[in-house]
Amino acid sequence: MATTPQTLFEKIWNRHQVRPETSETPAVLYIDLHLVHEVTSPQAFTELRQRGLTVRRPGQTIATMDHSTPTTPRNAQGIIPVLDTQAQAQLTQLESNCRDFGIPLFALGSENQGIVHVIGPEQGLTQPGMTIVCGDSHTSTHGAFGALAFGIGTSEVGYVLATQCLLQSRPKTMEIRINGRLSKGVGAKDIILAIIAKIGVGGGTGYVLEYTGEAIRALSMEERMTVCNMSIEGGARAGLIAPDETTFEYIKGRPRAPQGAAWDAAVADWQTLVSDEGAVYDAVVELHADEMAPMITYGTNPGMGIPITGYVPTAGDMADESARAGLAKALAYMDLEPGQSLIGKKVDVVFIGSCTNSRISDLRLAAQVMQDRKVASGVRVMVVPGSQQVKKQAEAEGLDEIFKAAGAEWREAGCSMCIAMNGDQLKPGQYAVSTSNRNFEGRQGKGGRTFLASPLTAAATAIAGAICDPREILG
Amino acid sequence: MNKFIPYTARYAVLPMENVDTDQIIPARFLKTTDKVGLGDNLFSDWRYDSNGQPKPEFLLNKPFTKGVEVLVAGTNFGCGSSREHAPWALQGFGFKAVLSTYFADIFQNNSLKNGLLPIVISPETYQLLVASDAPNPGHATLSVDLANQTVTLPDGSTMWFPIEPFAKYCVLNGVDQLGFLANADSDISAYEQTHTTRVDTVGL
Ligand code: SF4
Repeated sequence: MATTPQTLFEKIWNRHQVRPETSETPAVLYIDLHLVHEVTSPQAFTELRQRGLTVRRPGQTIATMDHSTPTTPRNAQGIIPVLDTQAQAQLTQLESNCRDFGIPLFALGSENQGIVHVIGPEQGLTQPGMTIVCGDSHTSTHGAFGALAFGIGTSEVGYVLATQCLLQSRPKTMEIRINGRLSKGVGAKDIILAIIAKIGVGGGTGYVLEYTGEAIRALSMEERMTVCNMSIEGGARAGLIAPDETTFEYIKGRPRAPQGAAWDAAVADWQTLVSDEGAVYDAVVELHADEMAPMITYGTNPGMGIPITGYVPTAGDMADESARAGLAKALAYMDLEPGQSLIGKKVDVVFIGSCTNSRISDLRLAAQVMQDRKVASGVRVMVVPGSQQVKKQAEAEGLDEIFKAAGAEWREAGCSMCIAMNGDQLKPGQYAVSTSNRNFEGRQGKGGRTFLASPLTAAATAIAGAICDPREILG
Repeated sequence: MNKFIPYTARYAVLPMENVDTDQIIPARFLKTTDKVGLGDNLFSDWRYDSNGQPKPEFLLNKPFTKGVEVLVAGTNFGCGSSREHAPWALQGFGFKAVLSTYFADIFQNNSLKNGLLPIVISPETYQLLVASDAPNPGHATLSVDLANQTVTLPDGSTMWFPIEPFAKYCVLNGVDQLGFLANADSDISAYEQTHTTRVDTVGL
């Protein structure tokens, strides 16, 4: 009997319905893995205490410290000092919450601590077919493994802690097909910036995106994470990439990956997690990798991106009055002119890090550019590994020495200047090229101005002291 | 959360698109471990100068917005991060509803969990609200009736708005979803019995 072809999303969704959606109530969806951090969880634990509830599945929950933690180098005692008393209170509270409720925690100073979306995959916790949530919108990162992963608010953090479930209305699906192959100097970050520039910051709202096509298949796992990470910047809560050999290869042997016979069974199951031939998406968008150049943003949302060789749009390029007003406001904040080129624009800071681009392969790319070169004078360059494990690996490969020799800062693991709530931030008026995911006004510090770009572009800019097409340096 | 009671209120118009959660409440105010006090820092970077003094030109510093209870904003309101601090800050300021042609969906979910109504309006309604406000800003009123899912506009006309039925039930009755999920306990246990392979974080 022929069965109706299903998308990858539908397969995962169907597997996790504790109760299906009705006309009265959304579906009760089971959550396999819950990631917790210090900033969006305190009020949820308070709620649990007030209601006398426990955590239903501490073993399906993992906590880390990343957002408000400092990334300043360790002191002589090997301790990372927390100078901000409010941040310290938040960290202390996470520690006591995890202790009281039995949740494993990678605390500041532990060898596994890091950005919440870096540690899940690193530990082998993120696996195909799972449902994964976190009180953080970039949970979409984990979709790179073919897991349905999305950000939730603090109330929902409490619901998942207490019941391991969420009430969810079924989203629509959008296929984003990237045909062809990327050319040299163009990477995963450029793909996702090009996608968001095309669909807009609200274009994915209500959808789960599935990235398909030759260019996506050719990406490494870490590159796929970069793509899925920014799904939320197109308004989509989740992005998916069907698992394949690249995925299995990455997971194999990680601390919490299945072992032995369980591994074989898992892989056999994961291989079924693809959208069936003939499965229907609610929308389809197509882009061509061959046509892509390194991307950079000029404005104050991630959809305001252009090829680095292009020009800042003018009012005439905008569809309507409110888009023109949005452009004018963004350019006033950025102090840029319509129609100008960004190449050669002087910057004050280069930030290489965040859950978008702080994994070992990102650092290798940056090091490749910075090796035997010097950071331009007057530019502050911060390289912030996504986790302690990434840091250790980078040091084993001597990448830290390359960065330091070039004149960059080599930091401890955390969100750092991506979010400017941990001491790392821009000063008012400063310009930064950043490998993070948000260029909102003040995101990297009040009054700071952000250009989002890839690690290659960021590193090339660090050397040039001004926005630079990495292809110039790579030759 | 309190039960919803229909109300008539004055509104303020923030005619900007893609207002993100970093504008609603900048990250540096997220170092709090409770929900109170966030209203003081609502739209902080637009509202205060570098010395912490109110900028007179910003909407919420204008005398006529004192006491407004509804915010009318441009499309894609609340995009960006999942911080529930955004609706907490809006409510802390005194807002009961936000009207926009479009909401980012995590913001929408978070708002409903707290009884802050995100009301989706048509571009025409948005224009009407902007035009009604223009002659005497902050003085026009609208009425919100959740049971009937209607907003009565300043010109006396009534518009219907969509809301997911369960969210409506929760906001109307001032209950949250946790009770419902807790009542699904036997189904959740049954699910766990039949779906046994899952990761284990214990010992990490
Ligand atoms: S690195 Fe930035 S985007 Fe990623 S989790 Fe941290 S704060 Fe959020």
